[in-house]
Amino acid sequence: MTSEVFNVYIAVLIATIFGFVLVGSALIGNLILSPRQKSPHKGVTYECGMLPIGRSRAQVHFRYYLFAILFLIFDIEAVFLFPWAVSFVELGEQAFYEMLVFIGILAFGLLYAWKKGVLNWR
Amino acid sequence: MFLLADNVWLDALLRMTIVAVLVPVGVILLTWVERKVIGRLQQRLGPMHVGPFGLLQGIADTIKLMTKEDVRPDSADRPTFELAVFVIVVPVFMAAVAIPFTADIFVRNMALGLFYFLAVSSLGIVGFVMAGWGSDNKYALLGGVRAGAQLISYEIPLILSAVAVAMLGQSLSLYTLVELQDNTPFIAYQPLAFVIFIIAGLAELYRQPFDIPVAESEVVGGPTVEYSGIRWSMFQMAEFVSLVLISALASLLFLGGWVWPFGADNATWLQVVLMVVKTSAFILFFMWMRVSVPRLRIDQLMALCWQILLPFAFLQIIINGLVLVYDWPSWTLTILSGAAAIAMGAIIYRVARRSGVLYQTSGAAEQVGLVL
Repeated sequence: MTSEVFNVYIAVLIATIFGFVLVGSALIGNLILSPRQKSPHKGVTYECGMLPIGRSRAQVHFRYYLFAILFLIFDIEAVFLFPWAVSFVELGEQAFYEMLVFIGILAFGLLYAWKKGVLNWR
Repeated sequence: MFLLADNVWLDALLRMTIVAVLVPVGVILLTWVERKVIGRLQQRLGPMHVGPFGLLQGIADTIKLMTKEDVRPDSADRPTFELAVFVIVVPVFMAAVAIPFTADIFVRNMALGLFYFLAVSSLGIVGFVMAGWGSDNKYALLGGVRAGAQLISYEIPLILSAVAVAMLGQSLSLYTLVELQDNTPFIAYQPLAFVIFIIAGLAELYRQPFDIPVAESEVVGGPTVEYSGIRWSMFQMAEFVSLVLISALASLLFLGGWVWPFGADNATWLQVVLMVVKTSAFILFFMWMRVSVPRLRIDQLMALCWQILLPFAFLQIIINGLVLVYDWPSWTLTILSGAAAIAMGAIIYRVARRSGVLYQTSGAAEQVGLVL
């Protein structure tokens, strides 16, 4: 069994290496084939033809963080749902209602966020 | 499982080599298909001049992109900027390991294939945020955070609809899930999960109508704005490979992959034909959506995900739980899930109509003097 699991993740390791090699070889191929002419104007970031004004790493609106936090909550819930999903029929009624309570608590949280207007993009 | 070579390392290497050869060829072909299909749908001819029917257009594009100068902004954060390309492409390769194409053609048949695929394919989001941050460009930064917000939001309905299918099959192995569908594909039992999966999948691919992270008329390409030549084509490659993978996953989970409608033990060539037909049907559907549906605004996009898709995805899970725990007949699943899918469609239609997304409704049109 362990060798089976090991066998699967060898392929994952090799896939990862292949991904890096493919991108790397494309970049190296580009390095060999492409022309290079230095010019001070080429290094300016694109801003519709105007010279960029101010810093680009500007502040980002707070609402992005709220959605990120909501995502974290529901993503962790999804992680708990996966093992439950494949075994709740064997475990029977009780497992189902326990998960229902868990989903209910988080659904209440979503409802609260909805009521508070977090889900409205303003 | 048969091995291409006795050594597992060599076997994995050989299989991944086949994938690594197929990926660029497939992407070159798909760019041609997409341009041709969209051209036809817009009553144009699409590429015509390079080769017969413009078939060699993709190769010409590749040569052009390879020989293009690699321009990088001087003020870019160099490690982030350079690494972003890898972070976007590598997870796509890693995800390809988990997708079985037929009963015999796959890289590895994973016991947790579905879970692994969803986990790995979401790593690419980090790459978009990195590209947006590293470019030192206002458009790129805005596109990067938009990509982050959209992709993480739609991740949840996508995962939950996959959980619904896993509940039905009581397995996370894609192979087992497909083998269970030899009589009836899961779409018949899970219409609601299917609709949610398709909408969320389309959003995960950030294609129109969900393309605000890379919208040309708003953020001029978003995170990719400062990437040129071959680097940009890497973004394109990742997008097309994920398009194929999501389409393949949809046909495995909901349309019965290689077994439905001919049963589990049909010939390998028939299995290949079945998978190619189903996967291409989804790819063509995604391309069709691209030309027919207008882009959603970011507030509409987030509202669709959090206020409509997410509650309905939970509803599907609860329906599945009730039916499976109390061992109700399977047609109740069809009826309950179908009714919920219709209800969701009705809600989306009502909301869209009221806010004037569906048509430029007369009221809104008259206000701006745009009566056509």
